[in-house]
Amino acid sequence: MIQLTIYTMPDEKGRYGNFGGRFVPELLMPALLELEQAYEEAKNDEQFIKELEAFLSSYVGRETPLYEAENFAKLFGDARVFLKREDLNHTGAHKINNSIGQALLAKRMGKKKVVAETGAGQHGVATATVCALLDLECIVFMGEVDVKRQALNVFRMELLGAKVESVSQGSGTLKDAVNEALRYWVSNVEDTHYILGSVVGPHPFPQIVRDFQTIIGKETKRQIVEQTGALPNHIIAAVGGGSNAMGIFYPFIEDQDVKLYGVEAGGLGVSTEKHAATLTSGSTGVLHGTMTKLLQSESGQIKEAFSISAGLDYPGVGPEHSHLGETNRVTYDSITDEEALEAFQVLSKTEGIIPALESAHAVAYAMKLAQQAEKDETIVICLSGRGDKDVQEVKDRLEAKLNG
Amino acid sequence: MGKEKIANYFQEKQDHHENLFVPYIVAGDGGLDLLQERINFLEKSGVAAIELGIPFSDPVADGPTIQEASIRALENGTSLAGVLDVLEPTKDERKVPIILMTYLNPIYAYGIEKFAADCERVGVDGVIIPDVPLEEEEVIEASLTKHHIAFIRLAALTSTPDRIKEIARRSEGFLYAVSVTGTTGARTSHHERVATYLETLKKHSTVPVLAGFGVATANQAHELSSHCDGVIVGSKIVDLLHQGKEDEVRQLIVDSL
Repeated sequence: MIQLTIYTMPDEKGRYGNFGGRFVPELLMPALLELEQAYEEAKNDEQFIKELEAFLSSYVGRETPLYEAENFAKLFGDARVFLKREDLNHTGAHKINNSIGQALLAKRMGKKKVVAETGAGQHGVATATVCALLDLECIVFMGEVDVKRQALNVFRMELLGAKVESVSQGSGTLKDAVNEALRYWVSNVEDTHYILGSVVGPHPFPQIVRDFQTIIGKETKRQIVEQTGALPNHIIAAVGGGSNAMGIFYPFIEDQDVKLYGVEAGGLGVSTEKHAATLTSGSTGVLHGTMTKLLQSESGQIKEAFSISAGLDYPGVGPEHSHLGETNRVTYDSITDEEALEAFQVLSKTEGIIPALESAHAVAYAMKLAQQAEKDETIVICLSGRGDKDVQEVKDRLEAKLNG
Repeated sequence: MGKEKIANYFQEKQDHHENLFVPYIVAGDGGLDLLQERINFLEKSGVAAIELGIPFSDPVADGPTIQEASIRALENGTSLAGVLDVLEPTKDERKVPIILMTYLNPIYAYGIEKFAADCERVGVDGVIIPDVPLEEEEVIEASLTKHHIAFIRLAALTSTPDRIKEIARRSEGFLYAVSVTGTTGARTSHHERVATYLETLKKHSTVPVLAGFGVATANQAHELSSHCDGVIVGSKIVDLLHQGKEDEVRQLIVDSL
């Protein structure tokens, strides 16, 4: 294994080893350079940090608990399992950690408008929320298919004062929503900031989103030591674009003894065409401004991703994940729709916690890992969001199964 | 071949006091078997070069017209390899320079060095890659230089003065002046800011400067050409060809020269 004892990614060109960069039209380059500079200044500005911390504590509701799931754990052996409860954040997922940070950054840059993409609607809702709070005009692009699947989230965003634009181009899902958000940004770059929702896109987005999500890992590190007296043996997080995973992994990257696992959506199985397991079975290419692993055809056309979970339904992945996979610092694996559905129910019944379908992928992986773990080994699961939004979907699936 | 061919052909047009007119078409829109015919048609209409778009599934710099044409082309099986196969047999007869425009990913999947070598082999003279800005050029620059393919750079209205100078200094073949703040086909009034921008590019560029994005009429072509060397027209031509209105395409070209 390559020793990542001192980890300083990205480099000055926004590269994570062989991945990352800024593959965007010249029209956007000045905006990216402006953003990079504004972010560098902000993160060293005590007042900005204080303001962000105040919102995270009094508005988002941080810190979130690290909860030991004893009922759940004992079904699978002697390991101790902990849940990092990002589902308890305002708006129900980790997404708001990033949205609030970037919205404050947009204000600082004097931008009046914000554009965002959303898949399941979590990032769109989080962004619409902070725009309401900070009096920013908000436009959210959402694939036409997702608009139908997540009608309530569309209404929620509108209630918050955002304008939701349905995207019919391409497959009408998250990747097409990103395309349209980028096109909108290209056309309105002078007064608009793009709040990207994951650790994807051109530099400096993967770094900014990671840094704003790193609060998850920082809290976890302190909490696990308080509760067990040591660092955890294993940390598991679901990976679509990969922002909750980068957030919890990042403070542990230099701790070589902590094993990190990124869990992708295996859909109907990675041997089929119907999955979103980019790192497990994709190849290197360039999409949405970054070089990373992609689901693509031999001639470089992007394929549609497939998953029960709309939030993991993305044919790319953050460039830093591609790097951490290539250097074997993080183990990437996949969980199928079926396994995620099972985990969704198990956690609900044993702990009274309904996880988001995205997070259920991490829970399912923990169920496998716990069975092989030694006594008293510790496993942390990043419970990135709550499952209320998925209840209808799960109900339909389970009923369909019963009716054969 | 390559840079020289573009320079010579452009010079020939300019010697006849013509504005340079470069049409953009999506290769494979309407079927790849139409491509050679369309190249011949455009060459005869008096264009200075032909920009062939290689379709990509996620063309973020393009507006709806070219996106839809790209999807049509992909649906009928168009690929980079297929387009190069069409270009090879006629490479010695063709006088008009051929410029490929595509995003980095199809080139990356094909293999960057192989792409440059095959472009040379089939008589492609230049390439435009909108998602490769100055900061990322090293990914492909050396291969294009080695195979004498002109690496055409794009400047934008948002480019800072320093970037304008650097882009103008580096551009080969011609300099592509994106003249709207938006995607291809965006409607716009080409106002004073654009005139100043084009004149600045002219001042710094050693190659001809062509304005593109949102140019749809002969009037616009003349107005823009008064500040630079000519225009690139994409969405409008893609749209007219899709509707089978070749006569209107010819008229637009003739009126714009």
